[in-house]
Amino acid sequence: MTDRRIRVLVAKPGLDGHDRGAKTVASVLRDHGMEVIYTGLHKTPAMIAEIAVQEDVDVVGLSILSGAHMELFPRVRKELEQRGMAHVLLVGGGIIPREDIEALEGDGFTKLFGPGTNTDSIAEFIQTEMQQRWAKEGADA
Amino acid sequence: MARFLSGDRGALARAISWAENADDRFQAALSGVYERVGRAVRVGVTGPPGAGKSTLVNEVARLLREMERTVGILAVDPSSPFTGGALLGDRIRMEERTLDPGVFIRSMASRGSHGGIARASVDACDMMDAWGLDEILIETVGVGQAEYDVVAAADTVVVVLCPGAGDGIQAMKSGLLEVADVLVVNKSDVSGAARLALDLEESVHIRATTRKHDEEKWVPPVVSCSAGTASGVDAVIEGVESHRRFLADGRLEGARGAKRVEQVQRVVTERLAEGVWDARGWRTEVEVLLGSGDTPYDVASQVLGEILGGIPVAGAPGARKEAGCS
Repeated sequence: MTDRRIRVLVAKPGLDGHDRGAKTVASVLRDHGMEVIYTGLHKTPAMIAEIAVQEDVDVVGLSILSGAHMELFPRVRKELEQRGMAHVLLVGGGIIPREDIEALEGDGFTKLFGPGTNTDSIAEFIQTEMQQRWAKEGADA
Repeated sequence: MARFLSGDRGALARAISWAENADDRFQAALSGVYERVGRAVRVGVTGPPGAGKSTLVNEVARLLREMERTVGILAVDPSSPFTGGALLGDRIRMEERTLDPGVFIRSMASRGSHGGIARASVDACDMMDAWGLDEILIETVGVGQAEYDVVAAADTVVVVLCPGAGDGIQAMKSGLLEVADVLVVNKSDVSGAARLALDLEESVHIRATTRKHDEEKWVPPVVSCSAGTASGVDAVIEGVESHRRFLADGRLEGARGAKRVEQVQRVVTERLAEGVWDARGWRTEVEVLLGSGDTPYDVASQVLGEILGGIPVAGAPGARKEAGCS
């Protein structure tokens, strides 16, 4: 009898001291039955990817409010790929202009959530996405 | 498993996930590496919420790395009884260890277990052991007085306390303090720490002098430290190592053997519950029997009698009659 739960890493890359949003999202995902690992502030892309490996997470969610997302988000993606974690569902959120959202969503990020996003919709998006992935895994196995 | 044996961190992480998820692949994975299990030293770190377990584990890991030992850390946090979700935040206090190739840290949610660790915690320790880590530190959820399953996972149990949580009588109660092999008073720079250490020492002394002297027994040392300021933690390691020396000379093997027997018993019980109970749809039958006015014990006896056929069961109807309770 398997008992699989969605494991999510919520991470704050770079020099950004504001984690109220990340904590809020972490709490909401927890309340939707997920196991959420929160990293705390000021993580480098390498640290985030290494934590994702050791925790064997299904989802990595990045939160950034500093404006450095075009620099840091792709670096996290590269670090994840180098460590064999290209399969994780990669999402992000923060103060991110629309054109940057489009660029990142074409660069390995499945979804970016901007200001004003309904928090439950983030959890529902992740649940739907993971259900599809697990169903596909089961069909492949 | 080739990746696992070559030291791939992702393979270790995945094997632990299989254990957590009760995935069928775990049993085969453990079989494949079981001859390598048993080399690591396993230390449990337990205590009430906020006592400083994560901070102490981080500091102990730092010192062990200075001694050129590799370290696995299993940090357990509680799952929600309502949603099953969990917020695993112990890593935050272990940040400096993140990129050290000699350290592997895994957060684990308790997933319905109530004894301070998760069902898969021993499995995770076995995999970290087989993978080749020298020392394994198991940090429990914040516990009260009577959650001490960590004993099943650890060779040495460190109980971490801090001042301001009760009087000297608290230190004499049964439960958590009895399973301690090393007692740590953390936050030794906070007022009341010296008093707590004295109370604990007195309690340990009373226990040691009043118990039956049928064998040489371990007397847990009381160690004061301040993990947050990295002060006195070497004495905690010394306490753990002195217990390790006490365990040499056959005691460790004896204790580990007994725990493996208990583990088999637990797995048999779990699989009986899943396989027999769920598969045969006892639930409806039990509801009918309860509805007819039978007590839960009588219903359980009937169910067990049917499952086990002719095998005698404690509390079976026949046994009850002999005991004169009919």
